[in-house]
Amino acid sequence: MSSNSVPIPDAIDSTKPTSGEAWLLEALHEWVITVDHKKLGIMYIVAGLFFLLLGGLEAVIIRIQLLVPHAQFVSPEVFNRMFTMHGTTMIFFVIMLILFGFGVYLVPLMIGARDMAFPRLNAWGFWMSTFGGLLLYFSFVGGDGLYGAGTAPDVGWWAYAPLTSRAFSPGHSTDYWTVALLVSGFGSVAIGANLVATILSMRCPRMTLARMPLLCWLYLVMGALLLFTITPLTAAQLMLMVDRYLGGHFFDTQAGGSAVLWMHFFWIFGHPEVYVLVLPAFGFVSEIVPVFSRKPIFGYPIMVAATVGIGFISLSVWAHHIFTMGMASYSNAFFVLTTMAIAVPTGIKIFNWLGTMWGGKIRYELPMLFCVAFLFQFLVAGLTGIMLGSAPFNWQLNNSYFVVAHFHYVIVGGILFAILGAFYYWYPKMTGRLLNQTLGLWNFWLLLIGFHLTFDFMHFAGILGMVRRIYTYEHGRGWEFWNVVIGVGTLFQVLGLSCFVFNLVWSYFQGRPADRDPWDGWTLEWATASPPPEYNFSVLPEVKSARPLWDLKHPEDPDWKYQ
Amino acid sequence: MSQLSSTLFAAQMSPTNIFAPSSTPADSIFRLSLFVLAVTGAIFVVVFSMLLYAAVKFRKREGDQAEPLQIYGSANLELAWTVLPILIVMVLFLSSARVIHAIQDARKPDGANEVTVVGHQFWWEYRYSQYGFVTANELHVPVSDQIHPTPTFLTLLSADTDHDFWVPRLAGKTDLIPNHPNRTWIDPYQTGLYLGQCAQYCGTEHAKMLLRVYVDSRADFDHWVKAQQQAAQLNAGMSPGATQGRRVFERTACINCHAVAGTIAAGRFGPDLTHLMSRDTLAAGAAPNTPENLRAWIQNPDTIKPGALMPAMNLNDKEFDQITAYLLTLH
Repeated sequence: MSSNSVPIPDAIDSTKPTSGEAWLLEALHEWVITVDHKKLGIMYIVAGLFFLLLGGLEAVIIRIQLLVPHAQFVSPEVFNRMFTMHGTTMIFFVIMLILFGFGVYLVPLMIGARDMAFPRLNAWGFWMSTFGGLLLYFSFVGGDGLYGAGTAPDVGWWAYAPLTSRAFSPGHSTDYWTVALLVSGFGSVAIGANLVATILSMRCPRMTLARMPLLCWLYLVMGALLLFTITPLTAAQLMLMVDRYLGGHFFDTQAGGSAVLWMHFFWIFGHPEVYVLVLPAFGFVSEIVPVFSRKPIFGYPIMVAATVGIGFISLSVWAHHIFTMGMASYSNAFFVLTTMAIAVPTGIKIFNWLGTMWGGKIRYELPMLFCVAFLFQFLVAGLTGIMLGSAPFNWQLNNSYFVVAHFHYVIVGGILFAILGAFYYWYPKMTGRLLNQTLGLWNFWLLLIGFHLTFDFMHFAGILGMVRRIYTYEHGRGWEFWNVVIGVGTLFQVLGLSCFVFNLVWSYFQGRPADRDPWDGWTLEWATASPPPEYNFSVLPEVKSARPLWDLKHPEDPDWKYQ
Repeated sequence: MSQLSSTLFAAQMSPTNIFAPSSTPADSIFRLSLFVLAVTGAIFVVVFSMLLYAAVKFRKREGDQAEPLQIYGSANLELAWTVLPILIVMVLFLSSARVIHAIQDARKPDGANEVTVVGHQFWWEYRYSQYGFVTANELHVPVSDQIHPTPTFLTLLSADTDHDFWVPRLAGKTDLIPNHPNRTWIDPYQTGLYLGQCAQYCGTEHAKMLLRVYVDSRADFDHWVKAQQQAAQLNAGMSPGATQGRRVFERTACINCHAVAGTIAAGRFGPDLTHLMSRDTLAAGAAPNTPENLRAWIQNPDTIKPGALMPAMNLNDKEFDQITAYLLTLH
């Protein structure tokens, strides 16, 4: 907007600063005070990538220590901090932040809105979540925990009671963990409410719910799930704080408290949380697969139904994380049933993506490569999930490396691959430049090889009895070979992800310029400039189907005729 | 027979292989897992092949610019891949429920052996209340034959944080949770040593909280029980050094945590040492029970198990030698 339109002349200083320092301050100021969903989305993503480096470093330390039995690379205390921080970081401050970033960036664009429903709340959510992550890492400086000054939390990412009580965890490391999750939880609830409100009330003219891109449906259910899942976690963290500082006994077993109560509180958050993470990944795949197969998503209504179904069922499966806790046999049986039931809507999704590819003309651009890898890997993750869902089998597999393999298959093989697909797909929209193809291929293949070397063989280690969260292990258990392979795989993953991060930076300056619609897409974000102007759309679009740009490009055969 | 040999092979791959069961709970889980693996394996092959076929067959050909036929879905297909998984899920659920019931609700037969297991940071206490003694870290149970089964039922308690009892060849895991007594049972088919370890993160030395289950023949087990029931044999031919060692042991903080039956040492925070030398390992399986290791352990437990709760006692070399000599008499 030009300064001419300001009613009082010179009320706004619109002179362009010339010196370098002033330019930097101006830009910094602009990013710090922004409430623009696109800037916040990018900030979420950059914060997530920052924490990815930290979480990745911790994973590398873990794998070096476990390369050989009785290694002395780090002490048990350091190792325990590493796996606690790795898990907490990756779940809460990497995957969640990046998914929130894509959500607040894409949802308004895809529903033809100019911003989120509550832009200030959006900014508040970002700063809370990021501040939570920084607080968690400040524990390295201020923790003063079990082992003297300067320790990070070491109670595991699910922090079972009573290990977190003051008797077993003196000092403040556990408090940093508690408060960090509490604070970031406020941010998560804010963004959950904001996503739901935005999707329900900000859609452009004639975009009914049934004409929304699937990604928005997935973010809608994710937002609603956030409201249900973060609250029990918040409650549990408050109870833990009361225990630790105000003499409460919720989880204090030495005074009659219940360790089992914490397990239920944590997992009634923790399992739906898995779906909070995976639903947006489903969303990316549901946008990318159709565009590169050149066909609409197969069975849109049942995909929506499956999404909502997953949302509901996911609230009733939490106790499959504690099958070994000693529940009554009928409780165990109930949770076997609900856990297996969730395979049905998830299966529907896989079949429908397959149906979308079937009969298409698949262009293997980078986003599609990652999504196809996602499909294969998510299939395996789902099937090992069924094995773990069978309670007796779970009694053997739980807390072994088989479980570690399973959930990394979900989170890395599934969610991370989908996220990378999303990066390659939407980066041109966000920056106006395409990511480099060669680096992208290196990224893909190195990560694919590394992923399989690491996580395929963890299944075997688990079947041979290797327990998770151990800083060392004995000779002669048959685990040595697998741990070396896993370590080698880690190296490949590090190389693959380094290519990715380098690509992000390099392409920002040197990448091939992208036009408005580099992939021949169909949803509204491709109708505006790359990167979009602050107001997204100069005229609010009007849609007749779920693929408005297809309708524009193919007036002879538009979707709205069939829907 | 073929199952026996495959079990032996699986046990050779690893002494903690879940696919080498040697006890009814582990075995019924093993059979169920074969079924689950078969079903999920079949699903994997079918869906993987279809995905691969679609990914290869429907790739865009060189120079083909036309858009493919736009298909929005198929009610019949979607119904098929909703109903079929529901049926598979029901089958898997029912077969799992059967095994859950068989293992969890098994009736305790007369003549069953009973042991109370107490998890501590980072060792195992075994209370044989039936026989009136307490021991640590090495669980002995009788072998159970199919005709006259003598299973061992374990009551699982915790003295501090959560632990988990897992000996993969004998049974699945069961947690030891404070204020939440749990039960599990085993009926090992063959004598021998079965390994495992704590499977619930319990603190610094979770990794070295190892499990050793000795399955003895009935005669050996009875003999072992009889030996464990004895108080420590103290004065029979004890060297002067050992006698002096006993004095040091009983005058320092050792006895706050450790018990030696028949002496004033009656602590319960640490392992019972009455028959220490009857055990093959020290510190919950962390090191072989040799005089050198024993001395090193007493001098500074952190050299063997950094983070173990036993403190280094700051005695002099002579006193370490004497205490070691004393403990070596506790057969």
